[in-house]
Amino acid sequence: MIKHLSAYPELNIKEKSERHIMVVWVDNEAGVLARIAGLFSGRGYNIESLAVAQVDDEKHISRITIATNGTKSVIHQIKAQLLKLVPVHKVASYEVNNKSIFRELALLKVLVTGDKLKKVKKLCNSFKAKILDQTKNSMIIELNSYQEDIDKLIKSLKPLGLASTSRTGPLAMVKGAELKEMNKGKVI
Amino acid sequence: MTQLFTGAEIVFKALEEHKVEFIFGYPGGAVLPLYDELVNHKNIKHILVRHEQGAGHAAEGYARSSGKVGVVLVTSGPGATNTVTALTDAYMDSIPLVCISGQVPTHLIGTDAFQECDTTGITRPCTKHNWLVKDVNNLSAIIHKAFYIAKSGRPGPVLVDIPKDIQFQKGQYQKSEYVLKKITKEIAKIDEKEILKILTLIVKAKKPIIYTGGGVINSGDKATELVREFVKITGFPITSTLQGLGAYPGDDDKFLGMLGMHGTFEANNAMHDCDLMINLGARFDDRITGKIDKFSPNSKKIHIDIDPSSINKIIQVDHSLVGDVGEVLSRLISVFKKKYPNFEKSNKGNISEWWKRIDKWRERKSLSFENSTKTIKPQYAVQRLYELTKDKDTFITTEVGQHQMWAAQHYKFNKPNRWMTSGGLGTMGYGLPAAIGVQIANPGKLVIDIAGEASILMNIQELSTAVQYRLPVKIFIINNQYMGMVRQWQELLHDKNYSESYTEALPDFVKLAEAYGAIGIRAKTPDELDEKIKLMLQSDKPVIFDCVVDKVENCFPMIPSGKAHNEMILGPADKEDKKISEEGKVLV
Repeated sequence: MIKHLSAYPELNIKEKSERHIMVVWVDNEAGVLARIAGLFSGRGYNIESLAVAQVDDEKHISRITIATNGTKSVIHQIKAQLLKLVPVHKVASYEVNNKSIFRELALLKVLVTGDKLKKVKKLCNSFKAKILDQTKNSMIIELNSYQEDIDKLIKSLKPLGLASTSRTGPLAMVKGAELKEMNKGKVI
Repeated sequence: MTQLFTGAEIVFKALEEHKVEFIFGYPGGAVLPLYDELVNHKNIKHILVRHEQGAGHAAEGYARSSGKVGVVLVTSGPGATNTVTALTDAYMDSIPLVCISGQVPTHLIGTDAFQECDTTGITRPCTKHNWLVKDVNNLSAIIHKAFYIAKSGRPGPVLVDIPKDIQFQKGQYQKSEYVLKKITKEIAKIDEKEILKILTLIVKAKKPIIYTGGGVINSGDKATELVREFVKITGFPITSTLQGLGAYPGDDDKFLGMLGMHGTFEANNAMHDCDLMINLGARFDDRITGKIDKFSPNSKKIHIDIDPSSINKIIQVDHSLVGDVGEVLSRLISVFKKKYPNFEKSNKGNISEWWKRIDKWRERKSLSFENSTKTIKPQYAVQRLYELTKDKDTFITTEVGQHQMWAAQHYKFNKPNRWMTSGGLGTMGYGLPAAIGVQIANPGKLVIDIAGEASILMNIQELSTAVQYRLPVKIFIINNQYMGMVRQWQELLHDKNYSESYTEALPDFVKLAEAYGAIGIRAKTPDELDEKIKLMLQSDKPVIFDCVVDKVENCFPMIPSGKAHNEMILGPADKEDKKISEEGKVLV
């Protein structure tokens, strides 16, 4: 049996793969997202979700949040490779633990009437989800929470007529007064 | 009022500011304004190639042999796509190039216009950075940054895509000084604590080895001097990757020869058995490491490299210093000399056992081969070429394959920037255009492309360029009619099923040379070889030397794929009991 097909030796070592949220501060210029996405696909890294928006309209800096997974050495390598890109200013990775806040947004459309409607409303209450739009046979629900919570709501809504799902993927921020530091050794 | 210039004028003003003397290029519709402006700049000479890939490799040869940035100028569409191989090659081997490509006018971008392609999209993964210029007022700043990025940190290629309308439009010119002062250079400080830890390891080592790579050559002449000093003050053995050849004199006693897949027995065994490995500007490439989990299992490893992403990418190391090899080594040596004066003498006893073992490995003479009086052995051909040219400060380029490895094994380099070969990408067709670039940068010097008959045909059209500019490059073809390295792997891994690796029809290389206006020479037997090589060296014209060699000679020694450094095949007799595993067959 062939085991070692990957060119990445780290993948051959039985290191534990962990979920990480990478945050990349970049110049908001044409093609920058393609550079980041191309780096991930070209080097065989995984993008689970991606959220991008400009966060500084004077310096034109965008903050890209990427959920990925990999062993410690892969995460380290992703960071080092991202830092080599010219429009990248800063890279930080957030381990998924209680030191940081993670939030994502979901919009869920449910086609529902009669008895089930009550059940959906009850669910929304227990999840603290908002109902943004309602007609006699449909409902749009907004939930702003962490990943597992949204997963749960979706699972519960499925038998109740969930027809369309839209999710942003997580955003991340360190708890407390701490900020992610500038990376050392950024060279271009 | 500020003076305004056309885009084309801005490009050349910027090139002049960066002291560009040569451009390798090929004109076309989308760069006509630039070619129109070219004639106004007599101090910039344009070398007209015959294929854009040739322009890229020629610029690489120019850059590698001179330490300057190579400049390429091509048109849109096919002009740009033809340079992709050369850009990728330069990216893999860290060669500074600035490629300027024409693009269809701004208003036609995205319309599938004639000779349109998404050049920045296509070249994004094979450049350090690239730009599509959308405003003529940004053009000068972009070109200045392009030169800066190509050369800074770990060097590499960059591309500037300029739509035709931008080349005509008028805009402001900014001087490079003004643009570059805005780029904040964050030079990582050398970690003094790490230096002290490294010195302790050096002092304690009983079985040390220094392993240098292309980073030393890229760092410049001072770095190669420092490597020599480092070996002198430590007395440690040194080996080199393919790209690092020349950083340390190839004929010195301390030099164990090249390491890796076709490296010497002594270099690879020393790497495997050492207790301290000092990597200077190399990247633990798979041709070097062999099987990762069997790579030098009992050593402490130190890695000095300018690229932070190279550290712990393939091999986990114990200590690392990120920075220019020359600068780091200079600091390391000065602290070392102060702390441990006369170390070399006092430490001799400490590593004498190690040197004895190395000498035992050397006695195996792993580069030896069975010579013949009837046919020319390829190794013999390279050896004779070396003996007859070693006093001439010769520049060698190669194509890719067996001949490349034989050249690396049997041609010895004593100076940096004398050896130009496509290592990372392994581009057949690299050698001839690269030789042209080398000759441009080094007029009057002897430049030889050691080639294979298959590789040379991939960019043979550049012989016409050599003839046009009277560049007396010598093309030394080791002709065995096979894609030799492919054949060798088929022999070792695929039960001698020589599928498509034999070339049934080849040109008559002597007549081919003459057709191009060059000189053709053929040698068929060992006894005429020297005399014919001398004939080649006497000529002041480009020469194709068709050296007809043994068809089935294999390149040894060899670490078969999936094996460790101490599992080398030394020669034909040795290979039977070292079968390659199924796992190894999958690797390249």
